[in-house]
Amino acid sequence: MKKKEEYKMTAKELCIGDIVDFNPLNKFYTGNWRSRKKPILDKNKCINCLICWISCPDSSIKVVSDDAKISIVDNIDYNFCKGCGICAMECKNGAIKMEEEKK
Amino acid sequence: MIKTVYPTGKIVAKTGNEAIAEAMRQIEPDVVAAYPITPATEIMQIFSQFIADGIIGSEYIAVESEHSAMSATIAASAAGARAMTGTSSQGLAFMWEMLYIASGLRLPIVMAEVNRAISAPINIHGDHSDSMGTRDSGWIQLYSENSQEAYDNMIQAIRISEKAKLPVMVTTDGFVISHCMEVVEIYPDKDVKAFIGDYNPDRYLLDIKHPYTLGAIDLQDYYFEHRYQLSKAIEDSKNIILNVSKDFFNSFKRKYDFYEKYMLDDAEIAIVVIGSTAGTVKLVVKELRNKGIKAGLLKIRVYRPFPSKQIAKELASIKAIAIMDKSDSCSGAFAPIYSDIVASLYSNGIVKPKVLNCVYGLGGRDITIKQIINIYEILIKIASGIKYPTNIINYINVRK
Repeated sequence: MKKKEEYKMTAKELCIGDIVDFNPLNKFYTGNWRSRKKPILDKNKCINCLICWISCPDSSIKVVSDDAKISIVDNIDYNFCKGCGICAMECKNGAIKMEEEKK
Repeated sequence: MIKTVYPTGKIVAKTGNEAIAEAMRQIEPDVVAAYPITPATEIMQIFSQFIADGIIGSEYIAVESEHSAMSATIAASAAGARAMTGTSSQGLAFMWEMLYIASGLRLPIVMAEVNRAISAPINIHGDHSDSMGTRDSGWIQLYSENSQEAYDNMIQAIRISEKAKLPVMVTTDGFVISHCMEVVEIYPDKDVKAFIGDYNPDRYLLDIKHPYTLGAIDLQDYYFEHRYQLSKAIEDSKNIILNVSKDFFNSFKRKYDFYEKYMLDDAEIAIVVIGSTAGTVKLVVKELRNKGIKAGLLKIRVYRPFPSKQIAKELASIKAIAIMDKSDSCSGAFAPIYSDIVASLYSNGIVKPKVLNCVYGLGGRDITIKQIINIYEILIKIASGIKYPTNIINYINVRK
């Protein structure tokens, strides 16, 4: 299949002065160049120590508050995860495992 | 304590530097970063004294070089502050790479630039070599004939830069304007503050609720578009400059345009000049007019953006023109103003005037009334059909 050509903005459409807008809806999903393995979270083993959260260089460990207002690990954001494996390495309880990615 | 502050406005004797410092006091920018250099040192010396005395609340950053001065000014401006600086000669040269960043990032910075020769040989006196070197840097350049114009240009520059989102350089001739005392009308603080208004940028980096990236890498795909934007912005700033001049006239009753015409409309011969020399040329024109010679003068105030079409129109019916440059482009051909004007004439289909290029006053060498009369005499000869080489630069008053 022929790849669709990326649309390039004109001088009129571009923000002036080399400004790149921050827009959460922009699809700058850097997770699409993740290495071959990706981390899988096993919530049964997780004790919510948050070491993975503090170690992640890409802020891809998503943390939420539970009913008692305690921070717990919710999931891993694969839109930004690069598959570096630091979270799996740091996890003391083996709750994160690196698995081969299915293409 | 400085006692030369005139909050209610007054007609006073001031040097160019003092007048500019006074304008900066009235503008009261948020941030000023500067490094001292002759002949611009005094501007910052006086301005920083205003801060030290608690007269104004600006933030003054004493930096370690002009490169840092421009960098700090750029950063302050990007953060959302009204930022200004001032320099001269080598200082401007040292700012070089940052000048392009200020214009490329479209930051409304205003700089007081005191024209001085560029080393080597080292020389502290006035010529236009420094600012002419930055003519393609995307800065708006306003040249001043005297202290009053410098003061007025500084006030207008704030409005122009903030509307056009472009940096503006206000230049004065080193020593001739910067250190000579003249009568200057200082306007009341409240009128100046009302004229420039508050600075409310559309977007700024410290606005944490609306984050954005500034100065990202911009390769083959987009760099050209951004440079085109800059080019277009400079062109569009022409209208902004005229509108600000109009407003300025309404507020302070002083008329400004891209250029000033002095007895030019019916002139047969004319000189085009920038800066303080225009005052001397005016005197000569008046003398020649008394003798019945139709001499005229075009003094350029706005050199960037270059009012190409307008100048071509003004000069179209003149038989012989001398374009006086106080800088040399070392191109082996012609100096900057000459190149711009001749290109403007030719591109507008005007090929009849004979145009002579005169380079004068390098390193602050005085240009005398007699030398200007000599130039007009050459123009009279050219206008009457006598052959005179116009394809070379005439160096005025140099021992060849």
